[in-house]
Amino acid sequence: MNKTKQMVLALVGVVVLYALLKALIVTGIIGPYWQIILNESMIYVIGGLGLSIIYGFTGQFSLGHAAFVGIGAYCAGWFAITFSHYGIWASLGSLVVGMISAGLVGYLIGVPILRLKSDYLGIATLGFNFIVYDGMQNSDKLSSVLGGAQGMTGVPQFQTFEWYFVTAVIVFILVRNLVFSSHGRAFTAIRENETAADVVGISPARTKIMAFTVGCVLAGLGGALYAHNYPYVNPDSFTFLESINYLIIVVLGGMGSMTGTVITAVGWTFLLEVLRMFLSLLGPSFINLRGVLYALILIVVIILRPQGIFGGMEASFLVPRIGRRKSNAAAGS
Amino acid sequence: MVTFFQQVVNGLQLGLVYALIALGYTMVYGIIKLINFAHGDVFMVGAFMGYIGFTFVKLPWPVALVMALITCAVIGVINERLVYRPLRYAAKISALISAIGASFFIEYFTSLNFVFGPNYISYTPPIKEITWIIGGVRITDIQVVILVTVAAFLALLQLLIFRTKLGSAMRTVSFDHDAARLMGVDVDRTISFTFFVGSGLAGIGGVLFGFAYPEIWTFLGVMTGLKAFIAAVLGGIGIIPGAVLGALIMGQVEIMTAAYISSQARDAVAFAILIIVLLIRPSGILGRNEPEKI
Repeated sequence: MNKTKQMVLALVGVVVLYALLKALIVTGIIGPYWQIILNESMIYVIGGLGLSIIYGFTGQFSLGHAAFVGIGAYCAGWFAITFSHYGIWASLGSLVVGMISAGLVGYLIGVPILRLKSDYLGIATLGFNFIVYDGMQNSDKLSSVLGGAQGMTGVPQFQTFEWYFVTAVIVFILVRNLVFSSHGRAFTAIRENETAADVVGISPARTKIMAFTVGCVLAGLGGALYAHNYPYVNPDSFTFLESINYLIIVVLGGMGSMTGTVITAVGWTFLLEVLRMFLSLLGPSFINLRGVLYALILIVVIILRPQGIFGGMEASFLVPRIGRRKSNAAAGS
Repeated sequence: MVTFFQQVVNGLQLGLVYALIALGYTMVYGIIKLINFAHGDVFMVGAFMGYIGFTFVKLPWPVALVMALITCAVIGVINERLVYRPLRYAAKISALISAIGASFFIEYFTSLNFVFGPNYISYTPPIKEITWIIGGVRITDIQVVILVTVAAFLALLQLLIFRTKLGSAMRTVSFDHDAARLMGVDVDRTISFTFFVGSGLAGIGGVLFGFAYPEIWTFLGVMTGLKAFIAAVLGGIGIIPGAVLGALIMGQVEIMTAAYISSQARDAVAFAILIIVLLIRPSGILGRNEPEKI
């Protein structure tokens, strides 16, 4: 399979997937409620790919990903409200603002804390998540638009599915290209053995900061979209529990598998919603079981597949030909 | 100045409770390098067992304390056996995810109506409050009970770890699993025992927490557990005196921030201090920074 053929195939796949989803929306099989959930799953894909770069590919344990999603959501929301008289341009601009702000904060916080390793790094990022959360709670002191603990309302909404789908596809293509570029190899090298990577001339500090910043940019983009998908942006949507959701998506999907991250992001979002719907159909007393079932599913899946559902696998159309010839080491072991 | 000393006493009370929880985190981390996310929830179960013990069963409080200790210790051991052991030799992150799952399971299961229920519960502690005023500082008998209980259990733990065969087994396993096995140590049993002791201490922490702050609910363990964990990291995770030191610092920081800065910022300040300490001493205050082996 040569490169052009591979690209054409991938493109056809995307168009078919889009046509299928669009048909389901037009015919009303996917109603307005499920459409918002579909948008949300795209947001999880984008944010999840961000954490996938940071943790899945580069191995930098982050328990604070939701903080960057939140920073993106708040900055984008603020921008979209303040410049709302520019119409659609304000919304488009807000996506860029969300990315830049989260990326910038990610860079500034990444430079000092990426010196920490494994669990210690996780705890530092977790702490950062709490600090950002407290900041959001008090954000009304900075600008009344941000709303503080009350939450931010009035962000122009666009629930059109195309926005989310197209953004997610673009992000996916860019991430895929990044992962198979020389930078991507450097990420994996750092994950596998930092000292060895250093010895062959990959700067651990630079590579880690780069991966972290790129991941945070994607989190910010996800956050910006979040602000446009929900009429109400609240600090409680970006707690460390949300960071754990992202972590679950990356780990259950399989570390270092983009396919896994995408499928798990969509699957996990819908699983939780279906669970909610199914239990509320059974009766009001069953709805409380949701958390218990959620926990059980999590435990059972991770015990049955400790390496993640798609651990060490990558959809074959994603893997470049050269990478495949070298004993398929590209997809991350 | 009197207010300041009053805050020191209040901080000490909180720090001592954190110490009991932090010990469990640090012991488990020391032996299997796992952040036991469910530990805070075991602490919560302890708080509820104490409450049930002296409110419904009308037990004298020391008996309720022992009951909570045993219940929590058993829950900890079951948890390790069912949820962590299958993943012991998998990647560390898999065990962490299953620990998060176990934590959610305990929280949501105990929130069900036929278990503890989802509401906040306020109650009167079984110890009648007596206040002494020493140099203007108010000290309650509950604070004295907490201090004495924590000190007693710390002493017992110290004896257990350094004077018994089981303790030396624990120290060996935390050093090297394979070498311990070669020396004839039953690694699985030692790990179970570590969970037994750590979870039991969290149970006592829960009961004492209930004495000091008699308002409990099933998600109590999330924040309290996290802060105790942070305390363990602050002191140097895996090091027992470090956990106590970290917990005492954490208690002071929290109370002082609430008293002198803003009670809203108490979490943020505590975490900011943690990040700063980690940047200066990446393995915590008492932690040793071991050179990387190549």
